[in-house]
Amino acid sequence: MLTIQEVQHIAQLARLQLSAADEQKYQQQLSSILEYVSQLSQVDTSQVLPTSQVTGLENITQADQVVELNHQAELLAQAPDTEAGQIKVKAVFKE
Amino acid sequence: MSKLNELTLVDTFQGLRNKDFSAEELTRDCLARIEKVDEQVKAYLTVTPELAISQAQAVDQKIGRGESLSPLAGIPVAIKDLFCTQGVRTTAASKILEQYVPPYDATVVKTLRSAGGVFLGKTNLDEFAMGGSTENSAYFPTHNPWDLARVPGGSSGGSAAAMAADECIYALGTDTGGSIREPASFCGTTGLKVSYGRVSRFGVLAMTSSLDTVGPFGKTAEDVALIMKYLAGHDDKDSTTPNLPVPDYSAEIIKDLKGLVMGVPKEYFIEGLDPKVKAVVEESIKKFESLGVKVQEISLPHTAYGVAAYYIICPSEVSSNLARYDGIKYGHSTALANDLLEVYLKSRAEGLGAEAKRRVMVGTYALSAGYYDAYYLQAQKVRTLVKQDFTQAFTKVDFILTPVAPTPAFKIGENIDDPIKMYLSDVFTIPASLAGICGLVVPAGLADGLPVGIQLLGDRFKEEMVLRVGHQYQQATNWHKQKPQL
Repeated sequence: MLTIQEVQHIAQLARLQLSAADEQKYQQQLSSILEYVSQLSQVDTSQVLPTSQVTGLENITQADQVVELNHQAELLAQAPDTEAGQIKVKAVFKE
Repeated sequence: MSKLNELTLVDTFQGLRNKDFSAEELTRDCLARIEKVDEQVKAYLTVTPELAISQAQAVDQKIGRGESLSPLAGIPVAIKDLFCTQGVRTTAASKILEQYVPPYDATVVKTLRSAGGVFLGKTNLDEFAMGGSTENSAYFPTHNPWDLARVPGGSSGGSAAAMAADECIYALGTDTGGSIREPASFCGTTGLKVSYGRVSRFGVLAMTSSLDTVGPFGKTAEDVALIMKYLAGHDDKDSTTPNLPVPDYSAEIIKDLKGLVMGVPKEYFIEGLDPKVKAVVEESIKKFESLGVKVQEISLPHTAYGVAAYYIICPSEVSSNLARYDGIKYGHSTALANDLLEVYLKSRAEGLGAEAKRRVMVGTYALSAGYYDAYYLQAQKVRTLVKQDFTQAFTKVDFILTPVAPTPAFKIGENIDDPIKMYLSDVFTIPASLAGICGLVVPAGLADGLPVGIQLLGDRFKEEMVLRVGHQYQQATNWHKQKPQL
């Protein structure tokens, strides 16, 4: 069973703010999910290599060509806040 | 004559060529059907009638001028709201993308657009395709047209329900762990999960990048075969698409099944499989025997570990893929932040739903220092074993027949607070996803008035085999013609 502190730590790493009620709920649910998936430890994989994808493709490259794309106005229109053609964000550093 | 929206893709294609009706008439029948039933079914998140009519009129003008056209020209399609559509809001059924209007088309959307496809709208799904019931949509659940109190399956539940209710001629979905196959079974329609890499995913919002696939729903396997000719193939913008030839699926499927060997894996007939579902599968085995197919029992010994491996791999990749939704460049941004960290914490808290949060946190945990080997790496190794099971099986059999889900469609709300129970409804679809092979679901019977499909699994890049098996089965049965009473 995960502790509340562990849930808070995971949420912080995942950049999710949780309410106290959420912490309780996810403590239960995450613990039961992790308990369920832990059955994988029963499988002997000492002689098995991992599979990350199944196509067999490796080192796929693209032609190094310049492509002109000008979506500036459309992309900026998606941003929550802009100023002088730039995306505006909150201060990173505190005063 | 039946209403035009009830026709198959192949029939609408013929009808348009014979000038029995126009693309605009066909489109208007689909839109009228949406108008009539979608208040109950709730298959669509966004309907785009003006776009659809203008696309249809453009095709009608070309037909009038005798121009050569793609077989898909003028035919109305429903698109899962996970595909970027230029100029049309794309939400992934998440609040975090409520206002998102993509500046570009997904590759397959672009393909359909240039083929003269008619876009009816964007269909509902579980948020970011995470779920098996479409209840995880941040907007509303979709209702199964066969019984409105039940789920349509998921995550492509909107597309499957739109198919079953004749609110479109064909539809696009995605399948990561069963998200086309399970809803196809629950709604009594035909759906194809392609081999990993067969169809481009460029412009489809990523969930589990090592498993995500794009595929079609059709009213018949014959329709799916026709659509696949245009969806399959290499895309420079998706480096996971091998440059393999695309077979002429429509020509392949007319071959009969005499002498083919069908594998039936014993691990799929477990406790928890509804006896009525089992009966449908057994009935279909007899039907295949009568079509000249040899039946062989096989073993896929690592089946039972599929769900556990999936629910490590999927959340891990979700935690990475959903990190981009941070309230900065696009999507929902909180109004309540005082500094940058709070922008992240609160935008994501406000914008993501419960299942998305669960998976992001499980994945964050599984990938964190000290746990990687025990979780993600171990899951990737188990995946190798599941994949080897199938490789082994396909040396002996041409295709594999299994149930799709342990039960028919369940009631809305029945499993919503029990993530493990919900995850286990994917037990028969996940192994094929981990192995990256293809699977077609076709309707095969009814259980207490609810549709039940069968899953036909084929080896990697052997879509022509499962489409052939599905088509020949549909030539010999009428289950795919059953329609719900709405």
